[in-house]
Amino acid sequence: MLRVERLTKSFRSGDSIFRALDGLSLDVPTGAFVTIIGSNGAGKSTLLRAILGLVEPDSGRIVLDGEDITAWPVHRRGAVIGRIAQDPHEGTCAAMTIAENLAMAALRGRKRGLSRAVTRARADAFRARLAETGLGLESRLDARVGTLSGGQRQALSLLMATDPAPRLLLLDEHLANLDPRISEAVMRLTAARIAATGVTTLMVTHNMAEAIRWGDHLVMLHAGRAIFAAEGPAKAALTVPDLVARFHDAAKADLADDRLLLSG
Amino acid sequence: MTGGMNQLAAMLTGTFEQGFLFGFLGLGVLITFRFFRFPDLTAEGSYPLGGAVAGALLVGGTGPGLATAAAVLAGAAAGMVTALVHTKLRINNIIAGIVVMTALYSVNLRVMGRANIPLLTTPSLTGEAVALANRIGLPFREGHASTIAVTLALLALAAFLLARFMHTDLGLAVRATGENETMIRALGVDTARTKLIGLAISNAFIALSGALVAQDHGFADIGMGTGILVTGAAGVMIGQALFGDGSIARWIGATIAGVLIYEFLVIAALRIGLAPTDLKLVTAALLLASLALPRLRGAR
Repeated sequence: MLRVERLTKSFRSGDSIFRALDGLSLDVPTGAFVTIIGSNGAGKSTLLRAILGLVEPDSGRIVLDGEDITAWPVHRRGAVIGRIAQDPHEGTCAAMTIAENLAMAALRGRKRGLSRAVTRARADAFRARLAETGLGLESRLDARVGTLSGGQRQALSLLMATDPAPRLLLLDEHLANLDPRISEAVMRLTAARIAATGVTTLMVTHNMAEAIRWGDHLVMLHAGRAIFAAEGPAKAALTVPDLVARFHDAAKADLADDRLLLSG
Repeated sequence: MTGGMNQLAAMLTGTFEQGFLFGFLGLGVLITFRFFRFPDLTAEGSYPLGGAVAGALLVGGTGPGLATAAAVLAGAAAGMVTALVHTKLRINNIIAGIVVMTALYSVNLRVMGRANIPLLTTPSLTGEAVALANRIGLPFREGHASTIAVTLALLALAAFLLARFMHTDLGLAVRATGENETMIRALGVDTARTKLIGLAISNAFIALSGALVAQDHGFADIGMGTGILVTGAAGVMIGQALFGDGSIARWIGATIAGVLIYEFLVIAALRIGLAPTDLKLVTAALLLASLALPRLRGAR
């Protein structure tokens, strides 16, 4: 269970103040797969970054499985939260091999000592896991990650973020930099890993069709608040025009505000 | 003809002796300069610190083994101070290195009690090793050859241990700290700790170099660290320019080879009549060449 309680965060640039989060509250049941949509500046990324500890909220609390993690340092959250960013370079180490990257992820949140990182047993396990992705990476365990394509790196980031399974998985527009064909393959892998591990997941996306198609909950953010949520059959029945209409209603509500940008 | 051969032999002897002694320095700089991607100026203080601690202890009657070990620990401590200044006070890593380097100048003077300690009459690590070899019946004598042999053995051991470490779970985390700090923190690693470990190892190696050089040259001097980071970095960069990067073993081998080549060129520059005061110019030219070469090759 993830509880986000009345989270606020303002960014100051010069004389103007931008409210990225405006008392945002969100309850995510354990095992839920939530897609999050919203216009640019709605607070999607700030929300994920606040959960990760990369942004310090001005007020509010973040509670994961009953523990208040609001003041935890980044690495302590990293021990229980997996994340894939938009940029494939963020989740992997280019100069290190595929096996070494997976070995680092295999010890997520555990003590790292002086035993050999890539043992034969671990290499075998990595090969098996990589074979499941169908990207042909299982024969390239000793290849440096810098030699992989963006899609392959993102698939590797996915394995690293979900094996071992974290308590929470955050996907921050992780398909945005991939071409459509690769993006579809990586999303299928993502859904398969989420289903296999049962991990609680928040997926931020710009693409409304994707947000409807994947996951079992949908949350729409606007101006730093959650303005619409749907789950189960109601969520499955949503259409892109439904969501566009809701966006327009929200936009009309703040008349003077013409920042709204939509895509998808 | 034989004169030329003798000259070359003398140059090579000098290259290997000085090059292996500086090999530890090269490995230390490799860790910060390449893996952590910043020039750690702590080196300019931890190198003479190694010489100062070993020198002061040797003059006080401590054996060379213990004196050298103490120098290594002192270097590690200096690296840790830089890491703590950087991570706890959130000061830029280059500035942290400069602060500690500056402080170490006074510390080194305190340790030595004066600006120069002659070590011509005190025992040395090489002498100790030769005596040990003699005791088990090996007819070695103290000289350039034994210094080269002992230093090479130590350097090989250090290089082996460093390579092994970089392939452990902790070693991977240390490498990733320089490569992609965001990622490794997201995997639950406290990078303040991995930086502490990396800088400790780096400066332990550098202080070891200083301790060995002081024993070999017969003195520890407050000014012996001036420009030493550039010497180490030149080795790292020449090695990378000629042998490329890749596996950890390759990085380490290339660095040691780079230091040897650097030393050879410096000795050659002196042979062809350049004054010792011209050496910094030679070093600058070598640095520039090792930086520009890969770029020119890539541009083609």
